[in-house]
Amino acid sequence: MRIFDPHIHMTSRTTDDYRAMYTAGVRAVVEPSFWLGQPRTSPASFLDYFDSLLGWEPFRAAQHGIAHHCTIALNPKEANDPRCTPVLDELPRYLVKDRVVAVGEIGYDSMTPAEDTALAAQLQLAADHGLPALVHTPHRDKLAGLRRTLDVVRESALSPEHVLVDHLNETTVKEAKAAGCWLGFSVYPETKMDEERMVAILRDYGPDQVLVNSAADWGRSDPLKTRKVGDLMLAEGFTEDDVDRVLWRNPVAFYGLSGRLDLEVDATDATHEGNSILRGGE
Amino acid sequence: MTPRPHPGPGTSGTPLADLHTHLTAHLDEPARTWLARALDEAAARSGAHGPISAWELRLAEAGRRCGAEHADAVRVLILHAAQAGPDALTRVYHQGTAAERRAVLHALPHLVTGPEALPLVEDALRTNDTRLVAAAVGPYAARHLDAHNWRHAVLKCLFTGVPVDTVADLHQRARADTELARMLDDYAAERTAAGRPVPEDLHRALALTDSKACKASDASEAKES
Repeated sequence: MRIFDPHIHMTSRTTDDYRAMYTAGVRAVVEPSFWLGQPRTSPASFLDYFDSLLGWEPFRAAQHGIAHHCTIALNPKEANDPRCTPVLDELPRYLVKDRVVAVGEIGYDSMTPAEDTALAAQLQLAADHGLPALVHTPHRDKLAGLRRTLDVVRESALSPEHVLVDHLNETTVKEAKAAGCWLGFSVYPETKMDEERMVAILRDYGPDQVLVNSAADWGRSDPLKTRKVGDLMLAEGFTEDDVDRVLWRNPVAFYGLSGRLDLEVDATDATHEGNSILRGGE
Repeated sequence: MTPRPHPGPGTSGTPLADLHTHLTAHLDEPARTWLARALDEAAARSGAHGPISAWELRLAEAGRRCGAEHADAVRVLILHAAQAGPDALTRVYHQGTAAERRAVLHALPHLVTGPEALPLVEDALRTNDTRLVAAAVGPYAARHLDAHNWRHAVLKCLFTGVPVDTVADLHQRARADTELARMLDDYAAERTAAGRPVPEDLHRALALTDSKACKASDASEAKES
């Protein structure tokens, strides 16, 4: 089983997780930029974080045979903090980088005017840079948040086929699907979705446009949830092709909209001799 | 998925004309066209993409335009076409991905004659990214890195598994370096005490420090900068 986790915060995870993920079949991840648990107090903190998502973290992933990409954005929660919002001006120079495969996570947390502004501005940035967008749906007041999110998407320059609406559940999947967006589900040990409910949704709505992620971070979460969903799908009668579509081909298709997916893993064992021309014919 | 070897660490030691010839022979038509335009833009320093100049945008997107295996060489050529000096190289390095930083390190010996860009080499040597460490120990470091930092760079290569052959001018700089020999001996002793194997590269580097191994005619060139 080959697995692409389309939403996982590896910065918050250990190398043991990378090893276990590889063993479980994970060969590619996308790490969306997000809140760190502790509020940031300046744009500089974001820049170091973005640099890490484009430097150290892909190196760490490659050491374990996993191709790492990221999405870059000002997250919804910190869009409310005027100390952080100037980072919006820094985003364009990040959105041109190789391996940045979407603008995200953007969306709503508390549905404030500041969040409206940041969401609309960043959907426009996605359109300007030929990138899709990863849009988080709020934990509180979720259905209202989804509707408002879809309204802003409709008013944006980005088509719904370039938007992945994430953290969906039984109450929000229908309208997100009707809007024509890609459908993201986060499977957690206690909150969000679990494996059984995920398989039930797949049975009801089919595997088209559906992406399953672990959204693993520094909270109670499990980076192997993608594999557990795949196993349960097989046990419940889905075919291997269905599993491959949900856990590999759908994320490849969505993030492939960026034209920047590179699923080969660079060797990082530093033992490669290099080809002769690059080594000056030595 | 087959692991892809990272670009050869010797980009910094290859004449730029040879890099260009190699790329022309190996890039497909769209990438070749893109590169020609990127080099023209860089030479003219024309255009802008929002807040960044056109040539810096080309530098950022080189991997997806030409393939990761060619990106180092492409970026070195763009930096050269833009005649990037220490200030521009420093900005591009600090605003770059790991891949862009690696390309800046490879470009240093081609573009900077003095020691002004040493802070970039020192920054890369502080990382644990072996691709950056390998790029940092090229001809520019051989020329300018002081003895203490150079010895630590050699030791770091042994620690992180970067082949010591990656270290430019290792033969010349290691020769008769008794302090490097002591550091290597101590490291070998530490490995042995822990019951771990001593890397073969350590023995090779240690042999190079033996002053008797050098030719008398070269001894006067031994560097202790």
